[in-house]
Amino acid sequence: MTPVPFAYRRATSVQEAISLLTEHGEEAKAIAGGHSLLPIMKLRFAAPELLVDLGGIPDLDHIRVEGDEMVLGALARHSDLELSALLREEVPLLAHTAGLVGDCQIRHRGTLGGSVAHGDPSADLPATLVALRATVVVDGPGGRRTVPVDHFYTGFLETALAPDELVVELRVPRTGDAPWGYQKFRRRGIDWAIVGVAYQSEPGAGGIGLVNMGPTTLRAAAAEEALRAGADPAQVAALADQDTAPVGDASGSPEYRRHLARVLLSRALAGRNSS
Amino acid sequence: MTESTETVTLDLTVNGRTHQVELEPRELLVDVLRERLGLTGTNLGCETTSCGACTVLVDGRSVKSCTMLAVQGQGRDVRTIEDLADGEVLHPVQAAFQRCHGLQCGFCTPGMVMASVSLIDEGRATDEQSVRAALKGNLCRCTGYQNIVAAVLSAAQEIEADR
Repeated sequence: MTPVPFAYRRATSVQEAISLLTEHGEEAKAIAGGHSLLPIMKLRFAAPELLVDLGGIPDLDHIRVEGDEMVLGALARHSDLELSALLREEVPLLAHTAGLVGDCQIRHRGTLGGSVAHGDPSADLPATLVALRATVVVDGPGGRRTVPVDHFYTGFLETALAPDELVVELRVPRTGDAPWGYQKFRRRGIDWAIVGVAYQSEPGAGGIGLVNMGPTTLRAAAAEEALRAGADPAQVAALADQDTAPVGDASGSPEYRRHLARVLLSRALAGRNSS
Repeated sequence: MTESTETVTLDLTVNGRTHQVELEPRELLVDVLRERLGLTGTNLGCETTSCGACTVLVDGRSVKSCTMLAVQGQGRDVRTIEDLADGEVLHPVQAAFQRCHGLQCGFCTPGMVMASVSLIDEGRATDEQSVRAALKGNLCRCTGYQNIVAAVLSAAQEIEADR
């Protein structure tokens, strides 16, 4: 399985990558770890004419504290997040979720920015970022801008990114030891989630992100509202699938996914985590 | 776009030796290792990032070489199963697979061994459950995994004792 031919440029800075993407428009694609893009290129579902490799850009894999936030470079790999003692302390939900992506080999290559930019509704990290109310930092020919994660996912594999923009950073509130839970339901360890639920408590509210419950990563807004109003966990969990649109496929029917979302939210609210 | 059939010249460091290879950007690392450099110890299994037979180390960490372009290896240190043993002396992970009989047909073994070297180095070989979780990206259709997990735990103990 080999992709169709393409041209290749290795960028050594964000600005160089953006210039190349601007020059080549929709025919160009950025590649970092390549664990979303290469599989679909090998199947020839995608055939960009130019790959702009971000692998030569230094200093874009940072994991650091800035005020009330953790700032995470787009080229931080899933294994960097998973194994970061700092992130485990500051945002344990994100570190834990990163450790459930794929397998070790995949986590050694796949990047945070790549997972966010690909926009797959069955990916773990975007739902966790929704629960955390993260901010996506985007760079492009017009300079840097920030996009709240709620405005980032616009459709199936579609995001607010223009073809010549890059995700360069994620900003996530420091949650410390506030209660959280991540539930990922799948049949085999390396499978994508059939349904996943990310829960992060915060003072007076709660963030709940849903994996694979619609064409995009979703927020369980009704359940969050009930949580804020002080409903008991069973009542909150019963609202997990409200305003969702799960598909039916070989892994389960829409009804099955709705059931899973409710069960998984009740577990996540109890602080139980998938391993 | 006329550029799309271009070839590039790549300096690829594998097992401590730098090779200059002229290739198309679309060539996968596993194919370059096997077909251009003759390093056939790395096996190609599923080609879909699932089975782990093609696992090699890149900068010391396990990677599936079917899901990495060779050009992405530029400036990195690639290590394959051929480089593990020191002459006739097996690497502790190889020795443990032999000692614990952690293989039957052997097709998955190079990938299993490379994945194990990486997971032990990352401190993931703390107990049976952790080893199983860390090896979930490597499929074996013969052994049932029991002896593989035993081999990894045994090797980890030995490597830890030598530190």
